[in-house]
Amino acid sequence: MIRLNGTQVNGRDGATIADLLADLGVEPQARGVAVAVDGEIVPRSLWGTHTVPAGADVEAVTAVQGG
Amino acid sequence: MSADVLTIGGQDFSSRLLLGTGGFPRMETLAEAIAASGTEMVTVALRRIDVQARHSLTDVLHDCGVRILPNTAGCFTARDAVLTAQLAREAFETDWVKLEVIGDERTLLPDAPELLAAAERLVADGFIVLPYTTDDPVLARRLEDVGCAAVMPLGSPIGSGMGIRNPYNIALIVESAGVPVVLDAGVGTTSDAALAMELGCDAVLCASAISRAQDPVAMARAIRAGVEGGRLAHGAGRIPRRLYAEASSPMDGVAQALPADRPA
Repeated sequence: MIRLNGTQVNGRDGATIADLLADLGVEPQARGVAVAVDGEIVPRSLWGTHTVPAGADVEAVTAVQGG
Repeated sequence: MSADVLTIGGQDFSSRLLLGTGGFPRMETLAEAIAASGTEMVTVALRRIDVQARHSLTDVLHDCGVRILPNTAGCFTARDAVLTAQLAREAFETDWVKLEVIGDERTLLPDAPELLAAAERLVADGFIVLPYTTDDPVLARRLEDVGCAAVMPLGSPIGSGMGIRNPYNIALIVESAGVPVVLDAGVGTTSDAALAMELGCDAVLCASAISRAQDPVAMARAIRAGVEGGRLAHGAGRIPRRLYAEASSPMDGVAQALPADRPA
């Protein structure tokens, strides 16, 4: 089990970052998106190959309106 | 007259108004306000991806042709702010960050020790750091000392529209700063933005005053004019304040009417 944006996700152990972003409805080439796994940034160039192990904490963020 | 250019972190700007994107009711209004304000740089926040979101803010801003200044709003510790800045660098391919480290939920005032710690770490990591700070001249100097590219003191709390509560402190910050001073937070209307510029600030960052105005596009135009007017006035040199009047017409040579008791 992994945690994606604070929510437990089953059956995605070993998925790539690109797979997880697809779950969130995000295209791999979408502008203004960043991902961290266990507090470490995963560069966009590695999204297709970087796999997320069981127990990992994934944060996937994008721009929202803000001062 | 030579072009009046603002330089922050080696980047030139012809507009001295930075726009926060928070609070706009619609993306279309945001885009129109960006155009009306003449701004070249707008702030965004970074949040977990919402699967329900219908618009890509990044795409809208890209189409507007403005530079994105990501903020670390919502962060209460240096640690969180550093992670958010690193995510922003990856998301927007920019080393620039508007550093916010908040110390109190009700006032959203900055947490000085955490802010300074985060600024130091981000500068060391190669970021161009623009810190949102209090109007404390000593803290502003400390932020400059650790390598911030600008300092952004508040006029009053975020979204309060209370204007510049301590113009004296803002003037002190301007006087001693070796980096650009951007008045950030508290602007309620055009006169507040003009005052900031008259005090010698290099730019104004404005969000709610525009986005939450009844007519955001008209207010964007108004505050732009305020910033430009204040900048011109600062350069022009205002007259000193006096307790009593100083006549602007000559006192000698005034024509005398006939005495009231003499028949015409």
